[in-house]
Amino acid sequence: MIIKKSEIAGLLDQLAKEYRVYAPVDENGNIAFKAIKEGAEAKLGENSKKPPKEILFPQSEELFNYSVNQEGLRMDSKVDDTKSVAIGLRPCDAKSIMLLDNVFSNDQYQDVYYLARRDNTVIVSLGCNRPSGTCFCTSVNSGPFDTDGSDVLLTDIGEAYLVEAITEQGKELVGKLNLPEADAEAKALAEKAKASATVASEVDLAGLKEKLDGMFTHEYWDKLHEKCIGCAACTYLCPTCHCFDIEDDAKDCEGCRVRNWDACMFPLFTLHGSGHNPRTSGKERFRQRVMHKFNYFVDRYNATACVGCGRCIKNCPVNMDIRQVLAEIKAQDTGSEVG
Amino acid sequence: MDRNNPYLPIPMRLVKNFTETEDKLIHTFTLEFVNKEDEENFKYMPGQFAELMVYGKGEAPFGIASSPTEPGILKFSVAKVGVVSTALHLLEEGSIVGVRGPLGNWYPVEDLKGKNIVIIGGGFAFTTLRSTIEYLLDPARRGDYGDLTVIYGARNPGLLLYKDELKKWSERDDINLVTTIDRPVEGWTGRTGFIPAVVKEEAPSAENTVCIICGPPVMIKFTQPVLEELGFTPEQIIMSLEMRMKCGLGMCGRCNIGSKYVCKDGPVFTLAQLKKLPNEY
Ligand SMILES: Cc1cc2nc3c(=O)[nH]c(=O)nc-3n(C[C@H](O)[C@H](O)[C@H](O)COP(=O)(O)OP(=O)(O)OC[C@H]3O[C@@H](n4cnc5c(N)ncnc54)[C@H](O)[C@@H]3O)c2cc1C
Ligand code: SF4
Ligand code: SF4
Ligand code: FES
Repeated sequence: MIIKKSEIAGLLDQLAKEYRVYAPVDENGNIAFKAIKEGAEAKLGENSKKPPKEILFPQSEELFNYSVNQEGLRMDSKVDDTKSVAIGLRPCDAKSIMLLDNVFSNDQYQDVYYLARRDNTVIVSLGCNRPSGTCFCTSVNSGPFDTDGSDVLLTDIGEAYLVEAITEQGKELVGKLNLPEADAEAKALAEKAKASATVASEVDLAGLKEKLDGMFTHEYWDKLHEKCIGCAACTYLCPTCHCFDIEDDAKDCEGCRVRNWDACMFPLFTLHGSGHNPRTSGKERFRQRVMHKFNYFVDRYNATACVGCGRCIKNCPVNMDIRQVLAEIKAQDTGSEVG
Repeated sequence: MDRNNPYLPIPMRLVKNFTETEDKLIHTFTLEFVNKEDEENFKYMPGQFAELMVYGKGEAPFGIASSPTEPGILKFSVAKVGVVSTALHLLEEGSIVGVRGPLGNWYPVEDLKGKNIVIIGGGFAFTTLRSTIEYLLDPARRGDYGDLTVIYGARNPGLLLYKDELKKWSERDDINLVTTIDRPVEGWTGRTGFIPAVVKEEAPSAENTVCIICGPPVMIKFTQPVLEELGFTPEQIIMSLEMRMKCGLGMCGRCNIGSKYVCKDGPVFTLAQLKKLPNEY
């Protein structure tokens, strides 16, 4: 099937009658995923600066509100299960959701807030015809037309998008739209787009995890962090980073409990009540970020917590480049190291 | 209320706000379940913790000081250090607080059956050890375990927690209780000296024995070699760690040591397990 680009806005308006529709929109010059009111707001060609994780895991979210008195307490939790469609995620970003699933639905606990959104959101992603210079998705088990995590994949074929439904949910959604079948030419154009999309940069991850196993005390970390200013842009903008803080916003006996994105790059993140801090300097914090993504997450969930979107490279104020860091790690001598 | 939502606390009533130590910095709170149903669902073991919520102030993790053998209540001993702990200290009896848990793993009391147990505690980290001792001394269980030795130290007598329990335990002959304070004080009849030295003097046998140790990091650091000298292997030494925590569910990413989350995979680890993890705690 195909969708003409000129008809996208109208189709999104149609979908918006039944679903909440998330799409990349321009927010004061930054592209971010937001629930749109009109199809015309969607900026589909643009890759978002803010990762789409905020669709399922908002930057700031009320978990419940409450009031208390001597008799007891009242609590209202807000689980958002609105039927939604998220359109325009890049395949790397769609894949990042599968990584987040591990965290928010672990062997013991289910995060009802994330899962309610997750279960009720159809992911329509858009393949990358021209990956940017900072992308390295093919090095981390993804690719510009990878379908992991997508319910529907769109491919830009010029005047139109080729539409491929990947999952049952995707088929159901596409079925509602009465789209014209794709002709042979459209299919050929899509094949061509897929074949010619090249991801310029590569990182060789072979053996990286094992290398990191023996690098916790390596002197490499001593210097690496020095130029990092600890702004945490790399973590806030990373589609797979999921750390959060929980706070009460309350006056007297009424209030609400809120969770907000947080980051391991901040010194207070691990400060104990006693004043002790296991990650006292930028060294430990930078090491934690790298280790968590490329070593600890692999141990725990058997996957690298990076999809190669390049956001941390593009947006770091001091030009820290994770590709270079990984290459340097691979080049380190760890002969005499013990974990 | 949605029981499947691990973020929602249950209501409990503060029935006792007891000033535990002479310096007044530690209070012990006794809480009663408001709903019978919550009481039935709250199944915990010694060593687990819970998030205590003071409405309007937030929540913080505290070890459960009561034992499952004391039904109907939960106890927590809390040092006044910041927002939530201070708010707790100021609460009037009868107030409602929120409790989220039980969280984390526990001392492996099931696996310890048939063994002698040495419990070493320092400072106010004694909370979950109180739970453990009460559990082991339960008449229905005491026979499952061999000798029980408890070595517990504080800076001075006024800082010892659970004075009533200490008295009760010292009168029993199925527990060897040794209390110690740093320096001699008039009227003190227990030991004086630091915990590592007292452990050395007591010299518990490592044979068929497991040691549970909980206290400030320096205390653990200096006691560990003494235990190793006595023949305790890293598998025989069990500890409980503290980390800054928020979710308690292995999601917020705050409390990890390597690939382990202390809130979920811990807080209880054997020294053997810790030796395999990066030294970042
Ligand atoms: C498994 C576990 C079990 C525990 N058991 C117990 C127990 O049984 N009893 C007990 O008393 N404690 C226990 N703790 C410790 C307890 O959780 C902390 O003391 C508690 O979180 C303090 O909460 P608070 O809101 O009172 O302090 P907070 O207000 O969060 O702060 C306490 C201290 O943290 C530091 N701090 C926090 N934020 C900042 C900031 N923005 N800038 C600078 N410094 C800051 C300061 O040193 C401050 O005094 C346990 C912890 C864990 C993880
Ligand atoms: S680490 Fe960087 S490149 Fe990898 S997913 Fe996160 S932001 Fe993208
Ligand atoms: S974006 Fe760059 S400077 Fe900021 S915390 Fe990340 S690595 Fe450091
Ligand atoms: S406290 Fe959130 S992961 Fe452990």
